[in-house]
Amino acid sequence: MVHMNRWVSIREKIVKNTLTVFALSSLLFLFLIFIFILIEGLPLFLKVGLKNIIFGFKWAPTKGYFGIFPMIISSFLVTFGALIIGAPLGLSCAIYLAEYSGKRLKMILKPALELLAGIPSVVYGFLGVIYIVPIVREYLGGSGFSLISTSIVLGIMILPTIISISFDSIMSVPRSYREGSYAMGATKWQTIFKVVLPAARSGILASFILGMGRAIGETMAVIMIAGNALKIPTNITDPLRTLTGNIALELAYATGDHRLGLFSTGIVLLIIIMALNYLANFGIKRRI
Amino acid sequence: MDVKIKIDNLRVYFEKNEILKGIKINIAKNMITGFMGPAGSGKSTLISIINRMIDFEDNVKIEGRVLIDDINILDKEINPVSLRRRIGTVFAVPIPLQRSIFENIAYGPRLKGINDKIELFKIVSDSLKKAFLWDEVKDRLDMSATKLSGGQQQRLCLARTLVLKPEIILLDEPCSGLDPISTAKIEEALSELKKEYTIVLVSNNTKQIARISDYSAFFYLGELIEYGTTEKVFTNPSQKKTEDYISGKFG
Amino acid sequence: MRINPKKVNKFIQIMLNVQAFFTVGILIVIVALILVKGIGNINLEFLFSFPEDMGRHGGIYPTIIGTIMLVILSILFATPLGVGTAIFLTEYTKETILTKIIRFGVESLAGIPSILYGLFGFIFFVIKLKMGWSILSGVLTIAIMILPTIIRTSEEAIKAVPKNFRIVSYSLGATKWETVIKVVLPSATPGILTGIMLSVGRAVGETAAVIFTMGSSLRLPTSIMDSGRTMAVHFYILAREGISMEKAYATALVLVLSILLINIVAYYTMNKVVSRFS
Repeated sequence: MVHMNRWVSIREKIVKNTLTVFALSSLLFLFLIFIFILIEGLPLFLKVGLKNIIFGFKWAPTKGYFGIFPMIISSFLVTFGALIIGAPLGLSCAIYLAEYSGKRLKMILKPALELLAGIPSVVYGFLGVIYIVPIVREYLGGSGFSLISTSIVLGIMILPTIISISFDSIMSVPRSYREGSYAMGATKWQTIFKVVLPAARSGILASFILGMGRAIGETMAVIMIAGNALKIPTNITDPLRTLTGNIALELAYATGDHRLGLFSTGIVLLIIIMALNYLANFGIKRRI
Repeated sequence: MDVKIKIDNLRVYFEKNEILKGIKINIAKNMITGFMGPAGSGKSTLISIINRMIDFEDNVKIEGRVLIDDINILDKEINPVSLRRRIGTVFAVPIPLQRSIFENIAYGPRLKGINDKIELFKIVSDSLKKAFLWDEVKDRLDMSATKLSGGQQQRLCLARTLVLKPEIILLDEPCSGLDPISTAKIEEALSELKKEYTIVLVSNNTKQIARISDYSAFFYLGELIEYGTTEKVFTNPSQKKTEDYISGKFG
Repeated sequence: MRINPKKVNKFIQIMLNVQAFFTVGILIVIVALILVKGIGNINLEFLFSFPEDMGRHGGIYPTIIGTIMLVILSILFATPLGVGTAIFLTEYTKETILTKIIRFGVESLAGIPSILYGLFGFIFFVIKLKMGWSILSGVLTIAIMILPTIIRTSEEAIKAVPKNFRIVSYSLGATKWETVIKVVLPSATPGILTGIMLSVGRAVGETAAVIFTMGSSLRLPTSIMDSGRTMAVHFYILAREGISMEKAYATALVLVLSILLINIVAYYTMNKVVSRFS
């Protein structure tokens, strides 16, 4: 009786080993993704040269030009544009939800805002083309397919990320901080501005960085609205092409070195994304 | 005395603190042995050694031997899962699982592969009777166990243990959160049960130990200060500390 | 001039109100636009007939089937892996370097944008493993993409199960696996389902990772080695190539409504979990 049924102990061992393999599969997938994008993309860096790709201005892959500098700049431009639009709106929303709204309203607003995240990016892109592009064309000139249109749509798309993470970090500021401030006669807004927001700043920063990560990785909405021109925009109404757009536009038909060039684009994108995620995690870990 | 559990020079370290300092005690078969002592005396740790629940704690080092029927249960060869099927445990807080009264009790038997409805019903009702709970729940065995009162939940936990027909029942302050009526019912059940089981009762309530245990042990800061028949320990303790504790001078 | 702090306070509150409702307004406007423009073109025939002339006429039946196949198969693939990982991380190990590395891997997977999943799925499944543009390639790619969501929500759900339940189960002589199967998972199921529903929502709306792995054939798929088109891909092609605005709106409506419905069910289950243990 003291010794367990042999089959039961074998079963326990099998289960544990299987679960270990399952848990390691995520690492395997991550490894495969890195390896296959690197294997395809790295040789071109050796052949054409790092400088000619990263700092090259001309993208004509069938003629041997693989410069993606304008796309790198464009990716960052739309990302910052999105942040300029999304960050103030998102943060205000988070402050409102955390500090001003009643419990019932919070119960309705928070899921409603998170549902925004569920709407597919193609739908955002489509609505951007139908409603935002013509407005930009009408009032600001140009074709409407532009930096500003893309930034507006991406700004809306990153709202859920910014709101939900900022909200969480504002909510995690201890009550005693607020009570201390009120006790000294501060108004609600003074308390939020001088006490709550500084205490929650690393989480708020993380929400901005994660929002940037989402914006820079966004593809389908961007290729529908950005105009995809191969140059650095000099005006907010100029069209532009991002790193993601470059891959999505040409992958379906690219062959040979041209396809490798898209994987090189992928490597650059991957590095930027990993750096942003690392920064954001750093911010979230430091959050109180 | 017919010895069921023999604890021999047991030392337990948690990180660098010595929680049990060389405990030696023989626990009698078919008797109630009461463990008492103030918080931090190590009595609950001793319980978790006997049922090997200590395995789930980190940074624990154990030395010495715990013999049940002359087999050392701390031996590497011993499987704690099979051991726990021989040793029932009732915890301080009643913890009903999120299922019906019937299924709570049937949980252990089902693990052993008993799925026959008639057989299950028989053993479930038997153990509910032994735990003095049957009359209160016989008409609502399908009700969620979480809807029972605290005292009923604790007797449910006792029944859930009894259904496995353990040789030993460990109760870790089972009445600490209960009203006097529920406590009396549990004590009544225990006094009946000792005919078939070896019972170890940990309690801070010295009066409870005096009322129902046959042997009493007093622990203080990880040491066994005094052990003997309950009558001897309560009427004529050999140690000053024991007397002070029983008379309520500290604790 | 001295600024009255009370007035500032009031002003800020009003501003925040306006911004919060503006943001919610965006959601309402998006759904309303799709609803108003799409509802007139939706009927049973649209849902259950084949598209004609690249989707200019007819319905979206094959894309609905394509979406369902993609979603169900990728969930079937990702759920055991994800829930298994979550069980391993919460029940079978203590915090070690290994768990830290696994968590890092999961976080990293979660951060990779869908176009890179598309790029990977294309080169690995479609080209190297010679699966071609097929439902299988799409399923495997999407399964990896949704894995982090399932792992994280399952882990949260499992952690929310009170420790006492496990202690009772062990004390009654259950093994670890018996405890997981009979006590932990039943209590964690609603939370795990929430993660699965959120993943379903993501898979339904995904385009970039799907179009380069599953392709965009409009034929009704008969095996997992066939190429197929999901609703999201169909909608993208209709809209991008200007094939038919009416059909595009109608497809978008089906797409958005199904995702909203899935997500609402997911949040509803999650709230039940939250209230259950409190």
